[in-house]
Amino acid sequence: MKSLVTGLGVVAPNGVGAETYWAATLAGRGGLGRITRFDPTGYPVTVAGEVTDFVLQDHVPSRVAAQTDRWSHLGLAAAKLALADAGVEPATLPEYEMAVVTVGSSGGTEFGQREIEALWSKGPEHVGAFQSIAWFYAATTGQLSIRHGMRGPCGVLCAEQAGGLDAAQQARRLLSDGACLVLAGGTDASLCPYGLTAQSATGKLSGNPDPARAYLPFDVDASGYVPGEGGAIFVVEHDVPAVGREDRRCYGVIAGHGATFDPRPGSRRRAAAAAGEPLRRAIELALGQAGLGPGDIDVVFADAMGVPALDRAEASAISATFGPYQVPVTAPKTMVGRLYAGGAALDVATALLAIRHGIVPPTTGGTRTAPECDIDLVRMPRERRLRSALILGRGHGGFNSALVLTAPPETNARSFRS
Amino acid sequence: MVMLTLHKLRELIRTSVGFDEGIDFEGDIADIRYEDLGYDSLARIEVAAQVQLQFDVEISEDMAMALETPRETLDYVNTRIGAIQRSGGSKS
Repeated sequence: MKSLVTGLGVVAPNGVGAETYWAATLAGRGGLGRITRFDPTGYPVTVAGEVTDFVLQDHVPSRVAAQTDRWSHLGLAAAKLALADAGVEPATLPEYEMAVVTVGSSGGTEFGQREIEALWSKGPEHVGAFQSIAWFYAATTGQLSIRHGMRGPCGVLCAEQAGGLDAAQQARRLLSDGACLVLAGGTDASLCPYGLTAQSATGKLSGNPDPARAYLPFDVDASGYVPGEGGAIFVVEHDVPAVGREDRRCYGVIAGHGATFDPRPGSRRRAAAAAGEPLRRAIELALGQAGLGPGDIDVVFADAMGVPALDRAEASAISATFGPYQVPVTAPKTMVGRLYAGGAALDVATALLAIRHGIVPPTTGGTRTAPECDIDLVRMPRERRLRSALILGRGHGGFNSALVLTAPPETNARSFRS
Repeated sequence: MVMLTLHKLRELIRTSVGFDEGIDFEGDIADIRYEDLGYDSLARIEVAAQVQLQFDVEISEDMAMALETPRETLDYVNTRIGAIQRSGGSKS
């Protein structure tokens, strides 16, 4: 059984819709800027990737919008775009064989902040009834399930920025357990004072106020990462199509996945973690599951934390697997920031678009790769036939995930050849 | 004290819980069941809470679920507003 990605929905700071996003990404047009969703004066972080080209009413019915956080709004929009891209009419497919798997990270922080402010300033009777469901990690999955009549095995995965890769793998598991279609992926939108304050506590965010210099992973001037909002949802189906789905297109195959945890704090194995060993092991597991060797991988999409020690660990994991400077490595997330629950999901979409177009998208902003990072960092779009891509994700708390995607199979699904 | 009109209730519903684009929300919705307008129990509790805040009429959660149409909400709320006014209540 193969798991095919047949539709993409992207809602990103530099573009809404997969093709708009891809065009911006190839052109190196980023979506980072000074935060406008609230006044960031006085906060240690002032630069973020905000989704600006987004009209809520175009994507989400008002009845649903009223009871959901912005993170779910972006997820509902991405799912709608993905289903349209795949040409799926959910009502024509068996409702108990369609599933939804999204990624949760901080949940509905902006909605929650508004309600908590009402509680403090006006009293408990001013807290809205929808707070009970809007903040919750599984809210986006639940709303998608209701909206599209997908009543199969739904769930939510919480592995922060690694989660999008785990969601792809979960989709694969559900298809092998009998689902015919899975909506998978993730979005996030935690750019409110409460959300940003919680994130800042990690000490990994960049305080540089210059959007062009704030997020420079693997660079000598790396100073942390910038947060962003948005993400991607994708449609995943069996290689044997459901009735009525014979004419679908295919972006690529979810071929292998590996996940590991960092050793606990204080463990003697922390030194190995600092050298990227748990991430390297995740790569090894993913390659093994895909039945591929390092030489079969044509591009790596890096986690790209932008924190020097963590960049070194990731570069070590990559060079230990492939050899120093042996595989193109890129981090288009330099244009949008780290999207938390949406981050790795967007990387999956970006990698599939790269495979489809045969171009490695660029890492923007930096100029000099740190000498300890012995990787071939792609700074300009690079044309190359891409048979396969490896995507890496690390989540706060010690999550490491790796996912292998391969080009569409020659049979069973029509690939893009135009 | 101000009475609750269908127009005011409609605006309150629109801003607090939204509406189903598939129904004629601007039409005569007074006698259509909330359920048929697409509102679940949580939405009905939210509407009742908003009415309570804006018109100072207490609506318990049980009562919120017992009021099945906008007209029933109007009748319930306006009867109580009338009673407060008749008793010379100072609640405004």
